[in-house]
Amino acid sequence: MATGHEVQAPTAGEYINHHLTHLNQTGHPQQNIVDWSLINIDTMFWSITIGVITLFFLWRAASKATSGVPGRFQAAVEIIVEMVADQAKGIVHSAESRKFVAPLALTVFVWIFMMNAMDLLPLDLLPTLFQLATGNSHAYMRIVPTADLNATLGMSIGVLTICLWYNIKIKGFGGWVHELFAAPFGDKWFLYPVNFMMQLIEFAAKTISHGMRLFGNMYAGELVFMLIALMGAAWGTAGVAGPLLFVGHVLAGSAWAIFHILIITLQAFIFMMLTLVYVGQAHESH
Amino acid sequence: MNLNATLFAQFVVFFILAWFTMKFVWPPIVKALDERAKKVADGLAAADKAKTDLALAEKRVVEELRKARESATDVRATAEKQAAILIEEARTEAARIVAAARTAAEQEAGAAMQKAKEGLRDQVAQLAVVGAERILRKEINAEVHSDLLANLKQEL
Repeated sequence: MATGHEVQAPTAGEYINHHLTHLNQTGHPQQNIVDWSLINIDTMFWSITIGVITLFFLWRAASKATSGVPGRFQAAVEIIVEMVADQAKGIVHSAESRKFVAPLALTVFVWIFMMNAMDLLPLDLLPTLFQLATGNSHAYMRIVPTADLNATLGMSIGVLTICLWYNIKIKGFGGWVHELFAAPFGDKWFLYPVNFMMQLIEFAAKTISHGMRLFGNMYAGELVFMLIALMGAAWGTAGVAGPLLFVGHVLAGSAWAIFHILIITLQAFIFMMLTLVYVGQAHESH
Repeated sequence: MNLNATLFAQFVVFFILAWFTMKFVWPPIVKALDERAKKVADGLAAADKAKTDLALAEKRVVEELRKARESATDVRATAEKQAAILIEEARTEAARIVAAARTAAEQEAGAAMQKAKEGLRDQVAQLAVVGAERILRKEINAEVHSDLLANLKQEL
């Protein structure tokens, strides 16, 4: 390409940095670690779009559900619903709570699975289309919402909220506050500070690890796809070894994508199971 | 991996989606699943009941067959007995008729013999008288000796 007009190809570092930057309303990368005035438009757009499409299909299956012989789509949805219902039944023992918690777990599982599955689309496809559509060849666009810590922490804090709600609902506010100070070491006045600290750490650890686990897996998965893409992109500059890099890209990309099918399903399942486990714990008194 | 307001937005979206599932997705599917489970359970129960009914019906068929066979045997035995009685009666009647006929014939024969005897006796008496007349034509008066002759006839 000797037109003389092409943009200088980005270095590997620039390429990865660009791909790991979210599109917020300013169009510029976020400068501070925490900035509550910004919102990631790409994460919001993709998570809501995927959520709406997913729930639309689930809703269609539900509204046409028949107790007679089910169609294939209904049967597929039923398999997922049965799986979630069984897990919920085994972990959350209150039938009243399950009326909300089981659908919540189903939403979490299907929604997160679909968001994770965005990782399997060609890495540069949607961002490039977006750049072409906006005419800005430097526009940021990340299409995997679960590789955004804000999204996963938002969901895990949602789970924390539900846990606090059930703690208060089941044990009463007084009972819960008593538990905060009396568990896990015992109901002695001199143990109250230690107990309370332990409880705070427990809630924080649960919530942060819940969100971080999903984020970390998806972020790392995305990063590996970027590295594989870089390997393929280097084939023109590697001389004799170039074709080898190309073959390497195809092989490694296929292998990682196939392995990633396991990861996206597993991570969605783990997030759902932990949601159920944490809500189940909120029902148990120490 | 910077934190920003996306976190709160995602928090809200999370609950909206969960609410939607709880309201519109979960109940119809679970209802369909429960109904189907009930249908299957009912079907299995019905199949079980049909099996029991069939066994009962088979038992009843065997019972009925046995009864029918028994009553057939009864009927045959009764008929045979009745036939025997009829034959016996017929035989008795026949014997009676034969006996009666024999008695009547014997009586008739007896009467005829008596009659013949008497006729013969008359003829013998007359012959005797005639013989005697021929022998004693002259000396014997038939009228005088009629008493004698009558006595003689009586003795024959």
